[in-house]
Amino acid sequence: MRPELSLIAVILLLFFFDLFAKGKARDYFQPLACVLMAVHVLVNVVPSREAFSLFGSMYQYVPMMSIVKTVMAIGTLVVILQASNWLVGDDTRHKQGEFYVLLLSTLLGMNFMISAGNFLMFFIALELASVPMACLVAFDKYKHHSAEAGAKYILSALFSSGLMLYGISMLYGTTGTLYFDDMAARLSGTPLQVMALVFFFSGLGFKISLVPFHLWTADAYQGAPTTVTGYLSVVSKGAAAFTLMVILMKVFAPMVAEWQTVLFWLIIASITIGNLFAIRQQNMKRFLAFSSISQAGYVMLGVIGGNAMGMTSLVFYLLVYLAANLAAFGIVNVIERNSGKLDMDDYNGLYRTNPKLAFLMTLALFSLAGIPPFAGFFSKFFIFMAAFSEGFHLLVVIALLNTIISLYYYLRVVKAMYINPSDAPIATFRSDGYTRLSLVLCMAGVLLLGIASSVYDGIHLFSFGL
Amino acid sequence: MEYTILILLLPFLSFLVLGLAGMKMSNRLAGTIGTVVLGIVAVASYYTAFDYFAAGRGADGTFPTLMPYNAVWLPISESLHIDMGILLDPISVMMLVVISTVSLMVHIYSFGYMKGERGFQRYYAFLSLFTMSMLGLVVATNIFQMYLFWELVGVSSYLLIGFYYTKKEAIAASKKAFIVTRFADLGFLVGILFYGYYAGTFTFTPQLQMLASAGAMIPLALGLMFIGGAGKSAMFPLHIWLPDAMEGPTPVSALIHAATMVVAGVYLVARMFPLFIGYAPEVLHWVAYVGAFTAFYAASVACVQSDIKRVLAFSTISQIGFMMVGLGVCTSADPHDGGLGYMAGMFHLFTHAMFKALLFLGAGCIIHAVHSNEMSAMGGLRKYMPVTHITFLIACLAISGIPPFSGFFSKDEILTACFAFSPVMGWVMSFIAAMTAFYMFRLYYGIFWGRENKELHARHVPHEAPLSMTVPLIFLALVTCGAGFIPFGEFISSNGQSYTIHLDSQVAITSVCIAVVAIAVATWMYLRERQPVADQLAKTFKGLHRAAYHRFYIDDIYQFVTHKVIFACVSTPIAWFDRHVVDQFMNFLAWCTNASSEEIRSWQSGNVQQYTRVFLGGVLVLVLVLLLI
Repeated sequence: MRPELSLIAVILLLFFFDLFAKGKARDYFQPLACVLMAVHVLVNVVPSREAFSLFGSMYQYVPMMSIVKTVMAIGTLVVILQASNWLVGDDTRHKQGEFYVLLLSTLLGMNFMISAGNFLMFFIALELASVPMACLVAFDKYKHHSAEAGAKYILSALFSSGLMLYGISMLYGTTGTLYFDDMAARLSGTPLQVMALVFFFSGLGFKISLVPFHLWTADAYQGAPTTVTGYLSVVSKGAAAFTLMVILMKVFAPMVAEWQTVLFWLIIASITIGNLFAIRQQNMKRFLAFSSISQAGYVMLGVIGGNAMGMTSLVFYLLVYLAANLAAFGIVNVIERNSGKLDMDDYNGLYRTNPKLAFLMTLALFSLAGIPPFAGFFSKFFIFMAAFSEGFHLLVVIALLNTIISLYYYLRVVKAMYINPSDAPIATFRSDGYTRLSLVLCMAGVLLLGIASSVYDGIHLFSFGL
Repeated sequence: MEYTILILLLPFLSFLVLGLAGMKMSNRLAGTIGTVVLGIVAVASYYTAFDYFAAGRGADGTFPTLMPYNAVWLPISESLHIDMGILLDPISVMMLVVISTVSLMVHIYSFGYMKGERGFQRYYAFLSLFTMSMLGLVVATNIFQMYLFWELVGVSSYLLIGFYYTKKEAIAASKKAFIVTRFADLGFLVGILFYGYYAGTFTFTPQLQMLASAGAMIPLALGLMFIGGAGKSAMFPLHIWLPDAMEGPTPVSALIHAATMVVAGVYLVARMFPLFIGYAPEVLHWVAYVGAFTAFYAASVACVQSDIKRVLAFSTISQIGFMMVGLGVCTSADPHDGGLGYMAGMFHLFTHAMFKALLFLGAGCIIHAVHSNEMSAMGGLRKYMPVTHITFLIACLAISGIPPFSGFFSKDEILTACFAFSPVMGWVMSFIAAMTAFYMFRLYYGIFWGRENKELHARHVPHEAPLSMTVPLIFLALVTCGAGFIPFGEFISSNGQSYTIHLDSQVAITSVCIAVVAIAVATWMYLRERQPVADQLAKTFKGLHRAAYHRFYIDDIYQFVTHKVIFACVSTPIAWFDRHVVDQFMNFLAWCTNASSEEIRSWQSGNVQQYTRVFLGGVLVLVLVLLLI
């Protein structure tokens, strides 16, 4: 329970600081939040190697879960770093405390969701991760876009939760238990259970934003504050993807043929449709939203194999994706804060005015597109290998073909920054220290994760026990 | 002998330093760095040779094969892996000495020759790289490491031949050298892969049962490797790059021709010799036939060329042919019974490296003096350049096989081996040896005696080269005088046992007589101002003369095959197909992607009710798919 306990401690500390700190002391809110998160990451960076369960199997633990939780915590730390220049604005200055508590509550929900051993526990954790998220999406509530995005998000989330709860009730009805350990033995693939599987699936598919459960994504991503979008696209998505894998492998093991079929079609649909939409986006946040839908499809390639290599490659993919995507969002965010510009055309000529940012953006996009020697190439390679080794040859070929399309739209941004001429490029500015730190962290990931093979091997040591 | 790593590391470091920081240095500093480093390498090589041979023979009477370094670099399977290391055995140690000596002479010589040239630092950087590649090639512990350095030799020769990159001919020549040798290397690579697959290793000492079970594949692999060797060593018909490679600076020609690139193929055959002799003697004999034909072809072309560097180039091809013949006529590994050629070939490699470097460097001095490669601009130069004249004469005597110069001893051993193989081969090679003496003295008289181009020399008086250029000449001339007396068989022989060279008096007398006659003929024809015999001959055999002058039109055949046949009949239609079918299909795919992207836009309406509809619809479709299929 170490990650959960230390996270609760962080939340409480920040909560009381918000309550009691007055005047000048409040200036230290951001450093405090960053330091506490960093401590939280450090406390949990070495996983304990023993698997165990608590509260009568409500809470379960295997070492890999701890690694995923640490990866999510690192992502959250980067998001908090990037949020700083937004939070100090006049609109949000007075409610920084809310932001941290809400953000960390969703993270706590995700931690419990990953470790859940019972469907009720899982559902509560999922709601804990979803409801504060709606508040975060609508955090700039006086802005029309943000409010609309929040409304769309909560409505869609409600619908998917309802459907999922319906599926869980069917599972309970047919098996008589809600515990993961007991349920697997009682599943036999009756039509009702198949329906329950799909209903349950749609709930997590919504969080991962797989096609066709993805339609909220673009609107919510566009309307939400940019740092929240980054969080949604990486941390929230990653936790849901890992949870999905855990439950599919553990609970739905007897129905492996069914869920592999579902995943097969959803992966093709997500990658392809995500790509097709991404091609013609002008708004950077919408563009990254569709790119993240397509990336979610790639993540699912690690799930479909259902073997140890799939698990390792999925976690590795999440880590690499986290570095590259948060770098991209961090840059979009800092440009939006400094110039208010969000369209791809606005990025024309960025290379001339802000060469460093343009270069970092290029590296991040190259990693997302999977160009060697950046980390994204290796993560894609491993995840393709995982699916390929389980015999999903056609799927891997389709995914590979789609990387060509993705290359096109990622390079569109690079072309805008480096080649397209512009009369009024974004003015030169100096980004703040927090953003710089976050970008350095992300770039270290983009450049080193792939080349340092010890990272993948290190993760692989823990891919057992599901 | 761990210090041997320096022999590879130092030139590489000097390449890096000169390549990266050279432009910031003065010419003098860059040249000094390159030369001093090479000097250290040469000393280290001599010391290695001393250390190695002084350690003496092992219990079985052979010099041991040492590997001071050998690390697995790329494991492929349990037994098959690519290593990187240093291997010392008699031939690799001998090559270290040859390469570092010639390269050092070239480094010193270039000080004078390249003085004031643009890109002086770049030149020295490339020289270092070239030397390093060649040294790495000879000490390779396995065939794959050899291949890597082999390609490095190709690249660095490309860089050096194309050194004057603003000159059109130089660019064409460097491309030609690279493409032709690269084309041959394809055979080498395929041979290596066959070898690795069937012998189960890349090392030079495969397990015997693997070889036994591989059957006919080992001769095939060795034959393919020889194609690579033939490319680098300019064997007919892959010789076409070598005469053009003269476009590089003359010292580079000396390096390429004497000690490095062209002997790589000979070295390869020598390196694989135990396998050749044990499992593919018929392939080895083909090596001899190819070598003999090449030697004859090149000698006949050399007789009529007017560009002095071209004559030397063809003489190199011819002499490499001699070495190949020496290796190829071996019928057993015992030097007393049919294995003499191995020692003879390596001996000739050694002596040839010295006197051919001398010839090229001498030619460099002459070109330096008259600013032309053509013999018509020369004649009578003995008065102006005494040192060059004497050293050049020594080299000519050596290559013609006149005792006591080194070429006599090595060539004599080759001829002995040839006569032992078959009398026909012996007489053919003796005849080629006579041609060698003839064309070398034609060249010698053409440069230093004969018809002097007085008009040109009056306008620009030829002068002796500076000291930095003549010192290497004198050094190499001394080596050429003494090298023949080295008891070479004590160090290198086909089975590793000590072998005492004894001159076969019959062969020796025959070959000397032939050489003397050939020189006399050349003297009679070319010594004087007027050369009625030569002119008359050229007129009588006009067709033959012209054909030989144009190198028997081999280049034109290549030109025809590549341009008229391959480019016109194969490449053009493929290019059309690529442009109109493949590209258009790709454009069509891009159009499809774009169009479908446009089509599905309406799904993303911004309307939450519609989102839920799609959501629910998706769920139901999935359920139906699962239940119905």
